[in-house]
Amino acid sequence: MNLHEYQAKFLFKDYGLPVSKSQLIFQLSDIDRAISVLNVDSYVVKAQVHAGGRGKAGGVILTKKKEEIRDFCQKWLGANLITYQTDKKGQPVSCVLLEECTDIKTELYLGLVIDRSSKSIAVIASPDGGVDIESVAENNPEKIFKVFLDSSNKIKDKEIQKLSDGLELNKSQNIEFSSLIKNLIKLFVDKDFSLIEINPLVIDISGRLNCLDGKINVDSNALYRQEEINGMRDESQEDALELDASKWGLNYVTLDGTVGCMVNGAGLAMGTMDIIKLSGGFPANFLDVGGAVNKESVTEAFKIIVSDSKVKSILINIFGGIVRCDVVAEGIVSAMQDIGIQVPVVVRLKGNNSDIAKNILEESRLNIFSETDLTLAAKKAVDLSK
Amino acid sequence: MSILIDNQTIAICQGFTGSQATLHCSQSLEYGTNIAGGVTPGKAGQTHLNLPVFENVSQAVKETGADTSLIFVPAPFCRNSINEALDSELKLIIVITEGIPTLDMLYLKAKADEMGTRIIGPNCPGVITPGQAKLGIMPASIHSKGKVGIVSRSGTLTYEAVDQTSQEGLGQSSCVGIGGDPIPGSSFIDILEMFEHDSETEGIVMVGEIGGTAEEEAAEFIQEKISKPIVSYIAGVSAPPGKRMGHAGAIISGGKGSAEDKFNALEKAGVRIVKSPADIGKAISEEINS
Repeated sequence: MNLHEYQAKFLFKDYGLPVSKSQLIFQLSDIDRAISVLNVDSYVVKAQVHAGGRGKAGGVILTKKKEEIRDFCQKWLGANLITYQTDKKGQPVSCVLLEECTDIKTELYLGLVIDRSSKSIAVIASPDGGVDIESVAENNPEKIFKVFLDSSNKIKDKEIQKLSDGLELNKSQNIEFSSLIKNLIKLFVDKDFSLIEINPLVIDISGRLNCLDGKINVDSNALYRQEEINGMRDESQEDALELDASKWGLNYVTLDGTVGCMVNGAGLAMGTMDIIKLSGGFPANFLDVGGAVNKESVTEAFKIIVSDSKVKSILINIFGGIVRCDVVAEGIVSAMQDIGIQVPVVVRLKGNNSDIAKNILEESRLNIFSETDLTLAAKKAVDLSK
Repeated sequence: MSILIDNQTIAICQGFTGSQATLHCSQSLEYGTNIAGGVTPGKAGQTHLNLPVFENVSQAVKETGADTSLIFVPAPFCRNSINEALDSELKLIIVITEGIPTLDMLYLKAKADEMGTRIIGPNCPGVITPGQAKLGIMPASIHSKGKVGIVSRSGTLTYEAVDQTSQEGLGQSSCVGIGGDPIPGSSFIDILEMFEHDSETEGIVMVGEIGGTAEEEAAEFIQEKISKPIVSYIAGVSAPPGKRMGHAGAIISGGKGSAEDKFNALEKAGVRIVKSPADIGKAISEEINS
């Protein structure tokens, strides 16, 4: 799960990290109050969406004029912001963050991430902030400084010094940074985050540190014990179909192709997408129906797949294993009858009682093609999608 | 020989009386696996599947002499359950449970490494040594005793590889699901090394997927340390960057972890790669018989 910038900064502030004075604008009637409460010379106005690249897309402005703040809010509140990180529709702007403008001297980068290779929390810092950190890592790897925390998840003084030296901080900034990084690590661990990025962390004109942006990813597995963070979930930022699917225990991701897929298991679901592509077709989605394949889950999966009008055929690939294939076949037939599926469906069932399953599918007289060979099943589904 | 489990293994099950544990333990017992009892706090003294239920792991170990635990405990309680298993000095802990917080696994993995205890999983189908023991949720019927070692990040995709090697008449020495989470208890490298030293394993199938760099790290290890033929398939060539494909670990992020990168690294290490999951069986058969 992702958080908005304003939510990240709220948590930063809560943990004693330096952030700019700010106000939130959710509706037009909030504008005047927000401006008068903040009451500064110049403002930064930022549209809040779960995507990067907002500046280039017109989602961030600097201004001294109250009229321009009003125009910005009128334009963006309730509208969709399209950036290079969003799809063609863009992301709906949830609210507008109004901040006091900071006079920037230097832009730095600071990030925390769970590093899979070292199996630890990695702290990453760079004096080249404000730009895409991946390109810094590629072009100027000597400008990236890393520390891997030990299993206590505490940072050592000499590790702080290493980062501070890498960021080229002076003595008083070093003291500020030392408390900032300790608090940031505490926040990361307390709230079960998987990523925090502050890009940029700036040194302002008076020489003080300030977190000018904040990107946070939360470990979805831990939401059951993170009530506050769970309350920050903004469903408007999520794909409606994917969200609906998750409520039925289905793992669904929309893609651009024409062959709808229904598979049990995430790996086999990706494998099925790969075979469709190798057979010259394009998958319309990733869909993992999970371990419990029954009539209810199959029915909901069908509904979600056919709600995508691009779908011209459907490939169902279930590796029976412990579930019996005849039970799955009955579920498929009855779900198709209930919903009235129009597009052709290719079914590949493997495992216990697959012969009985084949009979059930063939005798249904529905638009079903039963095929036990995975390669042939994929070819058939691709042919039918053209 | 085999790896991890065999007919000498004595196992207990944590979360023994739950519905999933009951279903899968009864199938393991039917397969001939020596499950000697289980643990469910609050149900000590009861009998389940004709086996004793204990209050905690240390009691279960003391009474049964178990060296392995199979865990079905719900995710919120898994940190404690795995911790308890570690403290009871078991040799092997197999965690089927899905959805354990990543920071819990960071802690448990560090502790297990320190103690020299092997964890398999979480979020995995478990381990089977055909003809000897089955500790997991895989369907027994598709397996046959034989010479291919299988290691995989995915469940049903493992079954696909198992089924194909059985159809080819090769069978399996042992099959290990390492799970689809970002911080697994065991890596490809750990399992590859065991297969290399296992006299019954003549060839290895490694099934990876997008996300992380575990396959790239395995490729380096293979180049230096593995002499047996390996066939590898990586799921997710068709997956777009930034979209998580079901497993918490399966996401191409920051331009890293694509299937293409992994295929390239493995091919460079001399691994036979297949682009379709339907070609695994045929390829390993050719590699072993060439």
